[in-house]
Amino acid sequence: MSDSAELPVGNVIDLEKVRVTFGGAKNQVTALAETSLRIAHGEFVALVGPSGCGKSTILKLVAGTLKATEGHVFVAGREVGAENARIGMAFQNPTLLPWLNVRDNVMMPLKIVQPFKKEFSRKRRTEYRDRVEQSLARVGLAGFGDKFPWQLSGGMQQRASLCRALIHDPTLLLLDEPFGALDQFTREELWEIMQQLWIEKRPTVLLVTHDLKEAAYLATRICVMQARPGRIVDDSVVPFARPRTIDISFAPEFVSLTQRLRERIMAARAVQRPVLIESEPGSGPLF
Amino acid sequence: MNETTRRRILSTACIIGFFVVWEILCLIFNVSDIVLPRPSQILITLWTRFPAIWPHAVQTLYTTLVGFALGIIIGVLLGILIGSSRLAYDVAYPLLVGFSSIPKVAVVPIFVLWFGAGTVPAVLTAMIMCIFPIVVNVATGLAATEPELQDVMRTLRATKWEILWNIGLPRTMPYFFASLKVAATLAFVGAVISETVASNRGIGNLMMIASSSFDVPLVFAGLFILAALGVALYAGFSLIEGRVTGWAVRSETFTGGG
Repeated sequence: MSDSAELPVGNVIDLEKVRVTFGGAKNQVTALAETSLRIAHGEFVALVGPSGCGKSTILKLVAGTLKATEGHVFVAGREVGAENARIGMAFQNPTLLPWLNVRDNVMMPLKIVQPFKKEFSRKRRTEYRDRVEQSLARVGLAGFGDKFPWQLSGGMQQRASLCRALIHDPTLLLLDEPFGALDQFTREELWEIMQQLWIEKRPTVLLVTHDLKEAAYLATRICVMQARPGRIVDDSVVPFARPRTIDISFAPEFVSLTQRLRERIMAARAVQRPVLIESEPGSGPLF
Repeated sequence: MNETTRRRILSTACIIGFFVVWEILCLIFNVSDIVLPRPSQILITLWTRFPAIWPHAVQTLYTTLVGFALGIIIGVLLGILIGSSRLAYDVAYPLLVGFSSIPKVAVVPIFVLWFGAGTVPAVLTAMIMCIFPIVVNVATGLAATEPELQDVMRTLRATKWEILWNIGLPRTMPYFFASLKVAATLAFVGAVISETVASNRGIGNLMMIASSSFDVPLVFAGLFILAALGVALYAGFSLIEGRVTGWAVRSETFTGGG
């Protein structure tokens, strides 16, 4: 396990009374009601909830691709956008650039982010290339560097996408349902890889997922969110020790945790279920 | 023989067949030379008059290519400007549409007034004819860049130029090359129009003179040369396109599972 004695002080992520709304005065949608959230270094936080609960909104706020309507978002102590923390991100869609091979795709962050950027032309064929190859080997893609994204299956593309998100040693890793489009077996494989990578490098991770098993397996802390308006309704620590194996998902404590989370989410949804319209007797279905 | 060879033989046979039918129909109906020359006559004219025709063909090709090159450079720059800035889009697009709606035949006399007859108006006409599709396609390609691809760069805090260079421009290449094939033929048209109206060199000019002296086989010989040059340009760009944008004709949809 990596030495975690030197983790920096202060929080990686600070959301202070953040609110996000869309639309004009008439039909305003509150994607995120006033929310505060603090995430410390090295935490693995999962945001779970039904669609529309604002989990992706929080992710976008931290990534800097969405501006808060109210409130402040701090990353590594500074306003988002001005921070000097390195961020890696992976989406549900692998979004690999189709005109580059896998190696060049994974290398892309090294071209953009300091301090790798200024050495890029010098090191790209040597040091950075080795770095990429090592990274690909870690996720089981050794030898696939020359292939193009469309030659890879969905699971393999997603692994490459994870490599790209981690190649520049980010302090913060943002994951937006990265395993959502994959089948169960590939998903479990990638969970294990994800856990390994986290144990090794201990980035702070913010994972958005709708899969409770995934959240309980990977995360140290789970925030349950609820829609309309989006807000956090539950924030609990996941007590299981590391490293976790897939077998743990059958352990009673694990199952009861996911059950509790599930009940929490269902309770919130029951409040919002649309009222059934009673049709007149004798008439057909009222669609 | 395999499928590809079979198809190639068939298409070649069709093309040759077209000319054979043309020849036979002219013979059967005793069509006069002045109305529609036979392909054999055209070929003979091409062969015997080649030394006289060749400099004109070179001139037309030269003006077309120069006008086309200028059109590409300016077209790409304008396309990038319009595609990446909302303000530029609102300002430039109406102007562009306005200019391109003007029939270019009407513009040639103005160019002649400014620059004199000959090569310069031909190059300019070729340029303004081919610029519009290039600008539109480059701008569209930039606008069509998937936001998800850009998001990756934005989380890395890439500058707008880095995003344009690494994502926008490569993404636009298929659109750009699609427009090139159209633009090449338009540049050609522009050059020939200008030569027809105001030049003493070039195929357009040659055809004008030939038609006024009723040397119709020569006119058709000129047409053949234009067609050949056009096909050559088209084929050339298709080849380059295949090399540069091979990735685009693959399925880009990221499939799940596996």
